[in-house]
Amino acid sequence: MTDYSKLISPHINALAPSGIRKFFDIAASMQDVISLGVGEPDFVTPWAIREAGIYSLEKGHTHYSANSGLIELRQEICNYLGRKYNLSYDPKAQVLVTVGGSEAIDLLIRAIISSGDEVLIPEPCFVCYKPCTLMAGGTPVTIQTEEKDNFRLTPEKLLEKITDKTKLLVLPFPNNPTGAVMTRKDLEAIAKIVEEHDLFVLSDEIYGELTYSGEHIPFASIEGMYERTVTVNGFSKAFAMTGWRLGYACGPAPIIKEMTKIHQYAIMCAPTTSQYAAIEAMRSCDDDVEYMRTEYDHRRRVMVNGFREMGLSCFEPLGAFYVFPNISATGLSSDEFATKLLYEKKVAVVPGTAFGECGEGFIRCSYAYSIKNIEKALERIGEFVQEHIK
Amino acid sequence: MKQKILSLLEQDSRLTASKVAIMLGIDEAAAAAAIKELEDENIILGYKALINWELTDREMTVANIELKLTPQRGGGFDTVAERIYKFPQVKSVTLMSGAYDLLVTVEGKSLKEVAMFVSERLAPMESVVSTATHFELKTYKKDGIIFTEKEKDNREVISI
Repeated sequence: MTDYSKLISPHINALAPSGIRKFFDIAASMQDVISLGVGEPDFVTPWAIREAGIYSLEKGHTHYSANSGLIELRQEICNYLGRKYNLSYDPKAQVLVTVGGSEAIDLLIRAIISSGDEVLIPEPCFVCYKPCTLMAGGTPVTIQTEEKDNFRLTPEKLLEKITDKTKLLVLPFPNNPTGAVMTRKDLEAIAKIVEEHDLFVLSDEIYGELTYSGEHIPFASIEGMYERTVTVNGFSKAFAMTGWRLGYACGPAPIIKEMTKIHQYAIMCAPTTSQYAAIEAMRSCDDDVEYMRTEYDHRRRVMVNGFREMGLSCFEPLGAFYVFPNISATGLSSDEFATKLLYEKKVAVVPGTAFGECGEGFIRCSYAYSIKNIEKALERIGEFVQEHIK
Repeated sequence: MKQKILSLLEQDSRLTASKVAIMLGIDEAAAAAAIKELEDENIILGYKALINWELTDREMTVANIELKLTPQRGGGFDTVAERIYKFPQVKSVTLMSGAYDLLVTVEGKSLKEVAMFVSERLAPMESVVSTATHFELKTYKKDGIIFTEKEKDNREVISI
């Protein structure tokens, strides 16, 4: 019999298996679970966008697009970045349409990271930066953000981890799982260090449209950072289009060019139907986005309030659609809390440790659910906390 | 702030002042006072349930009636509208632009009952020039709520 383990590349073998997978499988197999576990909107894609996708199929637009994406879509993305953030990109050279934001992350890391390069990753964060770095042969270096800093990346913490091998800094804000956002002042302080140490930045702004205290500030809009930043964004969160798998990267032309090279060989082009739908999203759906943001904002307050009423410390998230309450008062670890909560109360949340070691003592709860669902879940979690709090 | 409160209550009239306050990040007393004012100013006129009667045993027929009118000296259409909306069978009366003047919604137990109401009460009115009655057969969506299907969450239980 073939020994498949010998076939597996050492690079891939070295990737830590996802321990959380087992917990997910249990949650998925249980009946009547109330979930606060998802990382995607509960809204269905606005009808105008779906309709545009359907129309493109009717018209027979079922072919490949240009590798970088439909030029109309790239143009719309540039218009959007211009009108919202006053950022100017050349649709022909500085924008690449990808299969979700995650492909763009992988592409940038692969394009610039090789053996020996260090990538700075503030945790807790979305799970892909570390494995992508490892697969590219680089060395991930994590920075542990803290509740006392509102889970922001501070200049001090950044400086501590910079070496002469540091090449790339990942800025995952608004943050999944904490909901933290960086203010202009925070970003300016980071920008100064980036400049001094000649770093490049991957700014993952997939939750940029979902901020609840003033406008989102793209890192590329900070003085001197336009040249040093590839911004990753996409349609999944803002336009409730997760299943369409569509994202984009924009940044300096020479970097986008190399990313496009990998994309061309690995993917060819992003799904054409999704691209046509996305054109409609960029052109006419500001009101839909605003509506969803307002809804999330209401739920966000209900959830933060709910956890605080349970007696848990809960930092106020100002972005994305997650709250990250501190559950250490129960004396349970994140894993224990999530597992017991699932078995005892049939509520699914994600242990903070799924997003890095420093997520210990926290759980991620998504408010991409109806208020009714959130209230039911909070009630059960409240009972659970009552029973376990020390 | 009042606009925001109205949007919330329009979606769910059963929200308490305390819940409204939490959702908008304001003081509970302020929310309660604003709601009271909105009621006093007749901006909030009532709190009702949205019911799909088609799923119940109740016999009911709804018709939308287009009325063409001659306006009354002095009162314009308002006087006629008032004479019409005072009937308890009439659920709504709206002044329209275009081919007719008033759109009147009438509810009754049967087709016949509604038809009789139109021919005996509405049509003979002095200022009514003509009527056209349209019976509702099936409601797909009303007040922003879809009647024909229940929304289902088909997402994975957990995703990162």
